[in-house]
This record gives sequence, C-alpha cells and structure tokens, in this order.
Amino acid sequence: MFGDYSLGDLGSIFVMQGFAGLILFSVYVLMALGLAIIFGQMGVINMAHGEFMILGAYVTWMTSNFFQTYLPSLFSGYFFLAMILAFVASGALGMLVEWVLIRHLYKRPLDTLLATWGLSLILQQAFRSVFGAREVGVDLPQWMLGSLHVSESIEVPINGVFVMCLTVLITVGVAYVMYKSRWGRQVRAVVQNRIMAGAVGINTEKVDRYTYGLGCGIAGIAGSAFTMIGSTGPTSGQLYIVDTFLVVVFGGAASLLGTIASAFSISQTQSTLEFFMSGSMAKVLTLLAVVGILMLRPQGLFALKVRK
Amino acid sequence: MTDNRFFNRSELIGILLLAVFLVVVLPLTLDVFRLNLVAKYLTYAFVALGLVVCWGYGGILSLGQGVFFGLGGYCMAMFLKLEASSVENTKIQSTPGIPDFMDWNQITSLPLFWKPFHSLTFTIAAIILVPGIFALIIGTAMFKRRVGGTYFAIITQAVAAILTILIVGQQGYTGGINGMTDLRTLKGWDIRPDHAKVVLYFFEVGCLFVCIMIAQFIRHSKLGRILVAMREKEDRVRFSGYSVANFKIFAFCIAAVYAAIGGAMFALNVGFMSPSFVGIVPSIEMVIYTAVGGRLSILGAVYGTLLVNFAKTSLSETFPELWLFGLGGLFIAVVLAFPNGLAGIWGDYVQPRIDRLISLRKPKPEGWTDSSVADGAPAE
Repeated sequence: MFGDYSLGDLGSIFVMQGFAGLILFSVYVLMALGLAIIFGQMGVINMAHGEFMILGAYVTWMTSNFFQTYLPSLFSGYFFLAMILAFVASGALGMLVEWVLIRHLYKRPLDTLLATWGLSLILQQAFRSVFGAREVGVDLPQWMLGSLHVSESIEVPINGVFVMCLTVLITVGVAYVMYKSRWGRQVRAVVQNRIMAGAVGINTEKVDRYTYGLGCGIAGIAGSAFTMIGSTGPTSGQLYIVDTFLVVVFGGAASLLGTIASAFSISQTQSTLEFFMSGSMAKVLTLLAVVGILMLRPQGLFALKVRK
Repeated sequence: MTDNRFFNRSELIGILLLAVFLVVVLPLTLDVFRLNLVAKYLTYAFVALGLVVCWGYGGILSLGQGVFFGLGGYCMAMFLKLEASSVENTKIQSTPGIPDFMDWNQITSLPLFWKPFHSLTFTIAAIILVPGIFALIIGTAMFKRRVGGTYFAIITQAVAAILTILIVGQQGYTGGINGMTDLRTLKGWDIRPDHAKVVLYFFEVGCLFVCIMIAQFIRHSKLGRILVAMREKEDRVRFSGYSVANFKIFAFCIAAVYAAIGGAMFALNVGFMSPSFVGIVPSIEMVIYTAVGGRLSILGAVYGTLLVNFAKTSLSETFPELWLFGLGGLFIAVVLAFPNGLAGIWGDYVQPRIDRLISLRKPKPEGWTDSSVADGAPAE
C-alpha cells in the first residue's frame, strides 16, 4: 500500500494525516474529559453526553448569529463569549438533570444508561423542534480562516490549530481543578469512599451535582469547538458517543492521563488508516483493535489501582 | 416450591391467555396487513425474551442484541436472496445468477462465504450457530476476565457499531445501507401473498411459544435459580463453587440465539433485512421492550414489545414529533418509577385484587399459597 509514494510524499502524508488526526483527537479529548469525570469518577453512564455537546454547539451558533446581527464590530471575538455561554448552558442543564434524574440512580449504574438514553432522545427531538432538522454551520471570523504553510507540501488550517490550543488549555485546567484544588480533592474523596467522605464533613450530594455539572459543561465547550470543524445537527452528538465511551474505557476509566493517551492513539490510528483505505474500513479496524485490546486488558491502558 | 415443573398455576393461565390472544383474537380481528405488522413486532419479542433470561435473571445488560438479530436475519436473507436471484430471474444482469446488489457493485462471481447458503439446512444451522458461537467468543473473552456490568454494556455497544459500519461499508457483499431487499420465495413457496403471510404468522407464534417454554424451563430449573443468585450476590455463588463465568456465558448465548431466531423470522415475515436493525439505536430500543414489559417476566416481555410497538406505530403515524418525546419519557419513567415494568404493576396492584375477588366468592382451594401471587406473571 506504500508502493506508489516516494519517501518525501509519505512523510508529508503522515504529517498532514497526523494533523487531521490531531483535530479529531481534540474533539475526542474534550468529549472524553467530561465523560471521564462523569463515568470515571461517578460511575454514571451518561448516554446524553453527545446531546450536551450539541447544546453547546447550538449556543455557539446562536451567539454567532447574535453578534452578526447586532454587534458586527465585535464579531472577531465572539467565540470566547460563546464558549463561556456554552459551558454555562450545558453545565446548568447538567445540574438540573442530576437533581431530577441521576441522583435517584447512583446505586443502579445500568439504569442510568437507560434513563440518560431516554433523556438523549428527548433532547434530540427538542433540538429538532427548536432549531429545525437541518444542520447549521457557524461563520468563522476572518482570522480563523486560511492555513499556515509549514513547508511546500505541508499546510495546516488555522482553526485546527486554535481548537488544539483550546484543548490543551482546558485539559490543563481540568487537571488543575481535579488534582490541585480543594474541590477536586473533595471529588476524589467522595469517589474513593462516599461514606467516609460524608463522615468528615463533605457535602457529598453537592459534590455530585457540581461534578456532573462540570462534566456536562466541558461537553458544552467541546460542542463549541466542534462548530469550528463541522456542522451541527440534532443527531450529531449520537455519532460520537460510542467512540467517546471507548476512548474513556480504553484509557482506564478513572485516569485523566489514560484518557488523553487513548484519545491520541485512537484518533491517530483512524486518521492514518483513512488515507490508505475507505473511511468506514478505517473505523472498523480501529474499533476492532480497541475492542480486541479491551478483551485482553479489560482495565484499560492506565488502570488506577484501587481495592474493589 | 414448584421445583421441577415448568410453571405454576397462574403462569399456566397466563400462557394460555397469551396463546388465545395471539392465535385466536388477533387473527380474527385484524386484517392481513395489520397481522403482518404484529408478526413484525413479535420478531422483537424473541429478542425481548432473550433479554429476560440474560438481563432480568442473569443481570447482564447487553446493548448489542441488534448484532445477533442482524446475524440471524442476514443468514435467512442470504438464503432467500440466493433463491430470488436464480439465473432466469437475473438474466438481464451482466453476471446472471448472483444477487442484484453484487452486480451493481461490479462483483462477477458469488463470494465464497455466500455459497453454502444455497442449502436450507445449512442456513437453519447457521441461524443458530453463527450468533451462538459469536456470543460464546465475546462472552468467554469478557466473563472469564470478570468484566461485567457497565463495561460489558459499552463493549457490546461498540460491537454493534462495528458490525453496522462493516455492513454499510461492504455493500458489494452485504447490500450496504439498503440491505437485502426483494426476497421472494422459500423453497419455491412464494412468501409475499396474503395467505403466505398468515401461515408465516402462525409459524412464528409457534416458534415463540417454544421459546417461551424453554425460558420457563430455565427459570424453574436449578440453572435459573443460580442465575438469579448470581445477579444478587455474585461472589457468594462463586465461593459456593459454581463457575460464575460459565453461567453468564450460557445466559448470553441463549439471548443471542433467541435474538437470531427473531431476526430470521423478521427476514421471512417482512421480506427484507437491513443494517438499520443492527446498530446501537435498535439494540437499545430492544432493551426498552423488555424493561417496559418487566425485566423479570417472560410473558411481560411479549406484552411489552407489542405495546411499545403499537404505540410507536400509532404515535408516529399521527404525531411524528411526539414519538421521540414519548419514547424518551418512557425510558425515564420505566427506570425511575416502574423498575419491574408492566409485570411489576400487574403483580403489585392488579393480581392481588383479582385474587381477593376470587377468594371472596369461594373458599380457598386446597394447597393455595401466597407464593403464586408473589411471582405472578401478567396475564392481561
């Protein structure tokens, strides 16, 4: 399969495909971060995660329209406000959902799966009724269009670079919150031993609600970033949900580093294979490899050693 | 206890009522079109029955039952498709004698794995064995390593995604997104006219009752009690010397074979098979049929499937927008308020009143115990 290309061509192909893979990696990481917090830390299977992401995407789309109509002079900076709004909207909805639905189901993890699947159906139909069934795209400000020429045969799109920087920033932020802040310590304490955490005075219900809200909020930011590289429809979220779960499980559910490593390996494998065969076969081979490895090593790449 | 019997008295009444409902009431009241719809719904009831054994008793939630439904359905559809693409039927193609979608995709000879499907015996064996062995492999790999619960659910879901992408991507071999359409005859017998549909309906109901009886047998055997014990306290069963993994694998394989039989019935009754019955969305919908009927109730699964599908058809005919809201709400309501579904409501509220009415009218018969109320199945 390498026969027709010279060595230099192959190098450029790998760099360009690697870069395309990095954008996919960014979306995976942003989606999986929120899911790793909710699934890895709380043990809740959030099948509606994709819909929280799409909510963020629609918020971004509405903000962009608002700026275009009323504040065209500030349009080049709308994205930063949109991201914050997306985080707040998805996070607030997440906390509401936790209060109404999830908190009754902590002892029945398989049932959270069914309930959140129902929630995702409702949200999809709500999106369809409010925003219409057609996919919408966001107009990017001028400075995000175009691409950087790295060398003669290699060029990388600016919006991709932006999404990646954003991913790095958010990952660092989440890592700081989870591992350095007082609140992150509380979250980890509740995960490790709920009863003892409660006994030392942590309000576990409140921690649960904010943890779920944070996970959903990050999904909202993921949706915001998603608008820059693809169009948004009511069912776009569902396309990513299984991949994202595999990313989280493959990485080892409770490990942030594992999530990043597995998102990287899965996205790179897929985008490199995509160049040499059809997209569907690339995806089948990638997923098969992941499932195969998970059968041999069910605890994932980076397993946290805990006593069960 | 009713140790070695298939069913106690109230279950027997329930099964008889279901038989009357399916064999007498529905065929007499519905026209052939609607009866064929019921036949389509009942194919999902096979899947739901399998889930009662695997999820309800064994506690193993599989979100990949669409995979086995699809494997069974595609095996049947491959046989029917080969029969429909005989040389004289396909003489306008550039390569006569192969299915039309292969011809459209520039394939000039029948692929090797299609060839055995000329034989009906092989096809019937494949419908049972292919999904069974596939489930055996997945189950062995997962359960021997003590992977279960949510992880298992996610992995089965991924398998469903993989198979769908594969079927859609390899359209020269599988018919792609359109699936296998235009299935005509079974051993020369036309499956499309009305009288054939009625015959197929009764054949399907017969198979369904065989499956119900097997499930009843499993439930009342020692095997069924070990499954339930395993669901409640896995470690204690393991410490008692039972191989938990083997029992789980067995339950998963039973569910897979049931789903495959349902899939094969689907291909026969509906006359096509497509990847839209294989993926994640249909697989999870099949779980909700079981959940609505009651995950512990064998007959509840059948009623749940019929009810949800009737609601789906009538709601999406009249208010297409409302259907997804309704289905989503149903998921949430069943999980939050009625974890045991219709059967739970029946057993908790309806059956005790009926029993009280009966016992008011006549004195308690000899040997009547309260336990027959406790595990009562819905008899609608």
